Amino acid sequence: MAKLTIPRQELMYSGHAACPGCGPALAMRLLLKGLGPRTVVSVPASCWTVIATPYPTTALGVGMLDNAIEATGASISGLRAAADALGLGDLNVVGFAGDGGTADIGLQSLSGMLERGTDALYVMYDNEAYMNTGVQRSSATPQGAWTTTTPVAGEARGKLEPKKDIMAIVLAHHPVYAATLNPSFPEDFVRKVEKARERKGPRFFHVYAACPPGWRYDSDQTIELGRLATYAGIFPLYEVEMGRLRITRRMGQLKPVEEYLKAQGRFRHFSPEEVQQVQEQARARWDDLLARERAANPPERAAVPGEPASPALPPPVAGEALGRT
Amino acid sequence: MVFKVLSGNGAQAEAARLARVQVIAAYPITPQTTIVEALAEMVASGELKAQYVKVESEHSALQVCLSASALGARTYSATSSQGLLLMHELLHWASGQRTPMVLGVVNRAVAPPWNIGADHADTMSQRDTGWIQFYPESNQEVLDTVLTAYRLVEDPEIRLPAMVTEDAFYLSHTFEPVDVPDPETVDRFLPPKDARAILRPGVVSRLGSFTGPDHYVGFRHQVAEAMDRVLPKLQEVESEYARRIGRVLGGPLVGYRTEDADAVLLTLGTTSTTARGVVDDLRSSGRKVGMAKLRVFRPFPVEAVRQLARTVGRIGVLDRSFTFGALGPAASEVRSALYGIPSPPSVTSFLSGIGGRDVGPQDLRRVFEALLVSEAPGPRWMDLETSGEVAAHG
Ligand SMILES: Cc1ncc(C[n+]2csc(CCOP(=O)(O)OP(=O)(O)O)c2C)c(N)n1
Ligand code: SF4
Ligand SMILES: [Mg+2]
Repeated sequence: MAKLTIPRQELMYSGHAACPGCGPALAMRLLLKGLGPRTVVSVPASCWTVIATPYPTTALGVGMLDNAIEATGASISGLRAAADALGLGDLNVVGFAGDGGTADIGLQSLSGMLERGTDALYVMYDNEAYMNTGVQRSSATPQGAWTTTTPVAGEARGKLEPKKDIMAIVLAHHPVYAATLNPSFPEDFVRKVEKARERKGPRFFHVYAACPPGWRYDSDQTIELGRLATYAGIFPLYEVEMGRLRITRRMGQLKPVEEYLKAQGRFRHFSPEEVQQVQEQARARWDDLLARERAANPPERAAVPGEPASPALPPPVAGEALGRT
Repeated sequence: MVFKVLSGNGAQAEAARLARVQVIAAYPITPQTTIVEALAEMVASGELKAQYVKVESEHSALQVCLSASALGARTYSATSSQGLLLMHELLHWASGQRTPMVLGVVNRAVAPPWNIGADHADTMSQRDTGWIQFYPESNQEVLDTVLTAYRLVEDPEIRLPAMVTEDAFYLSHTFEPVDVPDPETVDRFLPPKDARAILRPGVVSRLGSFTGPDHYVGFRHQVAEAMDRVLPKLQEVESEYARRIGRVLGGPLVGYRTEDADAVLLTLGTTSTTARGVVDDLRSSGRKVGMAKLRVFRPFPVEAVRQLARTVGRIGVLDRSFTFGALGPAASEVRSALYGIPSPPSVTSFLSGIGGRDVGPQDLRRVFEALLVSEAPGPRWMDLETSGEVAAHG
């Protein structure tokens, strides 16, 4: 039997206030297992404000700082600056924010933190809508999905716009490490957390975080749904280190997206054409990742007489070299 | 002790250096910029050992200071006008999370139309955010107030944030000799911040949290009680400052020739100096007038104002901003402070110096003359009564 790689230590307590099957709760649990107790987490207004339970209790075995919804990036810059000033260099400084708090109202603050080269980990748990306020659309809501502000009624068929590509935005800032994570793949999840923990500089996680009430599916399907998301190319798992992309869950053949879509009420209205469109997007996303991975790691080329030797890779974009805050 | 020729902004930066702030975060805005530039120089040269976080907005500046203070660091930021308004939500967070910090604010008019002149609309509109507010009148007082503010806000019985303001240009860009205490003396007055913060590595804790109505009111009440402790604590801190550094700051309301006065004018910031001169002039021609500088606007020194009112028939309040639909903000406070006292004085609201209008001795003479003949409540927009002259002066 393979050795378990998931640390035993629990730094998220039972008795938290998440719904059954809550993806963001799983994400936090695995994250803290990977980071350990010398961690402080800054959390903006989101479902996690509530999941962490009301005063005078807490669901976390580490320090938690609540912050305004739009300010998580700045908050972790401040925590890092204080930790460095106070000689707490070993403190893991983490921002843990929803897709709304990150890709919408908190995007400026995230960009600032990345650009400043803050030595901290920013985690965006993506449940693809504003769940805390009752399932309104965010820029991370997938195209066509039902939410309370993108209804399916008459001519209206859910969200018109495609999902915002947060990873592309983040990668444009050249962080030292960025990765996609999915709690349905706990070993991959924890390995990435441990890797990020050892890096200095700005780090970013885009975490798949299923939400049974918001996505309209049964709470015992969270893990299964997460697997489908990755196997169908909806949420591929990869990491980008110093600018080099590596796929961490390889699939020979993508599963059809239909099963993933059918399982959730928010896509129930999809026509076969709409399913087909998602299928094509998943294919294109996967092909693009494969191509980017190949570009980052070109096979050794035998020198052909008369041709210049294979060009050297451009130097990796080094967040390491950036100023720290 | 050395005299340095400093602007108000220079005094802010010197004070932050002397306070040995550990985390600085700021975003530039006229007329605050020379503060953050001076601090950048100090940090770059190694003169000040601090983490200087160059943020992308004032909003982030305040959040950086807030989070850093939550972890136990001494922080400093400075802003003005629009920048302060952008911080609004986080101003509430800072007082609610009980993160002590000092924020320099150069008082500047609020747009539209754009105007960078001295005006108190920026800080006055933040008076309900749970911040202590100081309104110094000189660069010396700016430096002294920043230092005392740190000692005050970090006191375990207070743990609230404070703004130390300066009138745009009249202080921020005007140079005068400032007596700068030596660092060792300041260290004895202001020891390093006690880093026993709620948020600590390896400690299970939560700062902020959420609550139902059962606990929420308790948290608000604690902020209110801390505010109530500010003025008595300030008295202790200022005595200690006088003992160690040798300068008396005078508490929240500093009266001048108020004894036996028929009329007293309350001022904020730089108009205080001018008012003092006018009081002397009028006194020498037999008019019984006085003035009192409102150094602290939050918490409002209700007792001190009542004390003053006992011996005075007429009070004028000179505000450098207006609360639409009401009066000058200080005038409203004075009125409410005097409600219910036996035979209260009349209170007249005067507005002067809006958007950087110069408030000269002749303007204040006009204010005193109006005050001596009338008990009309106002508001009187003195700037409008002199607009012809200003236009003529170009
Ligand atoms: C400035 C501000 N605007 C709006 C809100 C209301 N609000 C609280 S949580 C939330 C949604 C957050 O969505 P997301 O970040 O995706 O987290 P989730 O609730 O989905 O976990 C909103 C809009 C707020 N707290 N602050
Ligand atoms: S609404 Fe969704 S994200 Fe929020 S606690 Fe419930 S399952 Fe978790
Ligand atoms: Mg969300």
